[in-house]
Amino acid sequence: MNDKDCTRIFALLSEYLDGELPPMTCVEFEAHFRGCPECIQFLDSLKRSRDLCHQFGKSIATPPADEAAMANLRQAYQKMLARRRAL
Amino acid sequence: MPGETKSDLELAADLLAGDERAFTEFVNAFHARLAQYSFLMCGHREDAEEVAQETLLKVFESIDQLRDPARLKTWVFRIARNECFMKRRKSVFAPKTELSLDDLRPAKSGDGESHRIEIADRSSLPDDLLLDAELRSAVANAIQELPDTYRSVVLLRDVEELTTDEAAEVLEISPESVRTRLHRGRLALRQQLDEYLRTRTHEGVRHER
Repeated sequence: MNDKDCTRIFALLSEYLDGELPPMTCVEFEAHFRGCPECIQFLDSLKRSRDLCHQFGKSIATPPADEAAMANLRQAYQKMLARRRAL
Repeated sequence: MPGETKSDLELAADLLAGDERAFTEFVNAFHARLAQYSFLMCGHREDAEEVAQETLLKVFESIDQLRDPARLKTWVFRIARNECFMKRRKSVFAPKTELSLDDLRPAKSGDGESHRIEIADRSSLPDDLLLDAELRSAVANAIQELPDTYRSVVLLRDVEELTTDEAAEVLEISPESVRTRLHRGRLALRQQLDEYLRTRTHEGVRHER
C-alpha cells in the first residue's frame, strides 16, 4: 500500500462515492482499491453511513400538519391566488 | 428530494394555477420534511414545528414572485434555513468548530505502514441496514452532534438529497465548499455511526433485511 496514495484518495472519497470525479481519476482510484483492502473497507463504511442518511431522509417520522395549520396555509394560498387574479 | 414525483417546475405551475390537489400534495410532501430538517438544525421540536409552518406560509404568500420555478425546492429550503437562523440567533455568533481531515482518518497501526480501519464487522452488517426506530434515533443524534457548518451540508446533501449545486445555492456558499464540508461531515458521521453499529452488533441485536 502506498500511504501517499491513500492520503490523497482519502480526501476525495466522498466525491468518488457521489460520482463527481473525472472518469480517469475513478479508474486510477479503482486500480488503487484493488491492492488496498484498507481503503476499500473504509470506502464501504463511508458508503454505508451515507446510505443510512438517505434511508433516514426517506422515512420521515414527523406527524403531518394539523387541521388548524392546514387552514392557515390554505388561507395564505387563496390570498396569493386572489392577488394574482386581480393583476 | 426523496419520494418526489413531480418536477419543481410542474409543482410550481400547478400551485400557481390554483390546483387544490397540488396544494395538499405540496403541504404533505414538505411539511414533515421541513419539520424534520428544522428539528435537526435547531434542536427543538417546538421550534421545528414553527419553522415548518412559517416556511410554508412564506411559500404560499409569495410563490407567485418566485423568479425561477424550476428552483422551487432550493427556494423552500432557503426560506427554512433563514427561519432556523431566526430561531437560533445566539448560535449564529457561536464559535465555528472545524473538523480536520487528519482527525477523521483512521488511526495508524503500530508498523506505520497501514491504517487500522476501525470498522464494524462487515460480515454481520448487511449493506441495506433496516432503519428501525433505534437506528433512526442513532442517525438523528449523530447528525445533531455535527458542528453547524457540517450539519447544514449533510442535511441538504445526504438527507434531503439535494445536488451539490442546489445545496450551494441554499447555503449561499460555493459548490467547492459544499464538497469539502460534506466530506468532513460524512467522515465524522461515519465515525459515530460505525461505533454505534459495532456496539449494537456486539450486543447481539439482529439486523433484518
